[in-house]
Amino acid sequence: MPVNSLRTADRETPSRLSLEISGVSKTFGRFPALKNVSLQAKDKEFLALLGPSGSGKTTLLRVLAGLEEPDSGEVRFDGEDFLSLPVRRRKVGMVFQHYALFRHMTVAQNIAFGLSVRKRTERPARSEIGDRVQTLLSLVQLEDLGKRFPSQLSGGQRQRVALARALAIEPRMLLLDEPFGALDAQVRRELRRWLREVHDRAGVTTVFVTHDQEEALDLADRVGIMRDGELKQLGTPNEVYENPADPFVYDFLGAACRMPGVVAGGRLTVADWETVAEKGAPQGPVEVYFRPDEVALAPPGGAGLAAEVKAVAARGPDVRIECLVEGQVLELEAHGPTLPAGVAPGLALRIKPLRPKIYTIA
Amino acid sequence: MTDQALPRPVQSGAAVPRRPRRSPWVEHSILPGFGLAMGFTLFYLGAIVILPLTALTALALRPWELGLSGVIHALTAPRVAAALKLSFGLSAVAALLNAPLGLLLAWTLSRYQFPGRRILDALVDLPFALPTAVAGIALTAIYAPNGPLGSLFARVGIKSAYSPVGIFIALVFIGLPFVVRSLQPVLQDLDREVEEAAQTLGANAVQRAVHVILPALAPSLISGVSLAFARAVGEYGSVVFIAGNLPMKTEIAPLLIVIKLEQYDYAGAAAVGLAMVAISFGALMAINTVQLLLAQRGKA
Repeated sequence: MPVNSLRTADRETPSRLSLEISGVSKTFGRFPALKNVSLQAKDKEFLALLGPSGSGKTTLLRVLAGLEEPDSGEVRFDGEDFLSLPVRRRKVGMVFQHYALFRHMTVAQNIAFGLSVRKRTERPARSEIGDRVQTLLSLVQLEDLGKRFPSQLSGGQRQRVALARALAIEPRMLLLDEPFGALDAQVRRELRRWLREVHDRAGVTTVFVTHDQEEALDLADRVGIMRDGELKQLGTPNEVYENPADPFVYDFLGAACRMPGVVAGGRLTVADWETVAEKGAPQGPVEVYFRPDEVALAPPGGAGLAAEVKAVAARGPDVRIECLVEGQVLELEAHGPTLPAGVAPGLALRIKPLRPKIYTIA
Repeated sequence: MTDQALPRPVQSGAAVPRRPRRSPWVEHSILPGFGLAMGFTLFYLGAIVILPLTALTALALRPWELGLSGVIHALTAPRVAAALKLSFGLSAVAALLNAPLGLLLAWTLSRYQFPGRRILDALVDLPFALPTAVAGIALTAIYAPNGPLGSLFARVGIKSAYSPVGIFIALVFIGLPFVVRSLQPVLQDLDREVEEAAQTLGANAVQRAVHVILPALAPSLISGVSLAFARAVGEYGSVVFIAGNLPMKTEIAPLLIVIKLEQYDYAGAAAVGLAMVAISFGALMAINTVQLLLAQRGKA
């Protein structure tokens, strides 16, 4: 995939910081939307803000755009104090979830808007604007639709127009607020790949807000996970997926199985299964998390948690195995072709989590 | 997917079910009852609007009284022409002034939260509810040369009541609610994100108003203005008190009709009425066409 090769190339280049957010807080009435959020983004980095609704990710994005003013904190972009700049001088390209296109303008007029409202001294010539619009139209693969009105386009096409419109002003930063939230899964996946390519080609620092962990992990250079107005963890998709900072992040990044356990003397005990606890694991009673597909199944005599299969259901290439462990139902996932034959309801076996994560009980 | 794997039954041409025939100019709707609804619409329009207008036409054109040349003669009489000019001219100007006034009011009422907003909102409708004569007397009292505002006007040399200025004030007064009420729901529904998008793209407040908000409001603004215009053309009660009713100067067409009726000149009255209907209908058709074109922009 050309996309992936571009991505790794990008990640390896060390680049300077462009966006610096420090200690930003914001309350709406008595509801704290952002609590002392700090993060940095490198130049040309693709940053995803991931979190459930109400976690403050959109508020943070609106603070960056200037549409919301924080109660305290600092936002700098390329060293410049961003908060003292009014919205229209920040030169950020914002893409909204519901497109926010100008309905009475054609696609071409929509894209040209940011250029045509410039002061006469800074405005490109008419023909130049026309050329720029054509280039952008082909970038978003809508070459022939310049004369259409937004209402004559599909959702995915509208969102691409919105992106072209945001890119037209040659933004210093691109802000995307759940841009694919209103689209169906198939279109989302297509646009996701394409968006990454556009980002890499345009070479602009991008902040992307989403509640879809798959989207964030797939797209971003780094992912920030937010909850209740706080930034819980920030790291590359691999870092956050492999090493979630807390049970919430673990849960949010994918399906999770949870068992109570105890750590003592470097050993982790979960029910009748004992293993080496990872270094630095908390002591005493803990919660053990593991991914439902990161388990090894063994016969009853082997190592692992004693379990009884309650149900097996194939779901495409994947198989969902419902097991009863210590009176608790766990839903495991296995890849069909690698599943040992004979796994059927009633079978007793042992489950060995391959990479258990240990958290203190909150 | 399974569909493709299954052998398809061979369909002979004759087995294709016949579609029910539809009239080509009736757009198919999921709602049934087009025939019935259209029937009632035509019936009511006919009974309430078209029939009286036809009667008016017949009345005016009664050949044994005036004849076509008589009608033309009646309308070109200087007094009639002056009254028609005054009525339509002032109505148009008043409706046009109501556009910015109504826009400002609707904007304030729907965009800002302030104490007493609901009371102000209710006040907008008052000209609807007031008997027009009451409005006329009240306006006259205020704008008469010895009234509180009339004396102010008089000091700067403007005669407000008993002059076209007074008529204009009355027409603005009765037209304003139409513009405000047409705009308010649209303003409330305007997507704030669209304005924010314009802002992030670098548009200043004036550019946002001109390029983003006004185009979205234009169709309803036009319909509000045309309603205000239509109402002003037909307005009688509030105007006759403040106008002074000097023939050739401050005599509006509806008043002239009443005067002609009082003189038993039924045909003459009907002729003026017919002219008003024709001009109003033409003007409203033109406005509606513009509005339709604007509203269609951006629709599929």
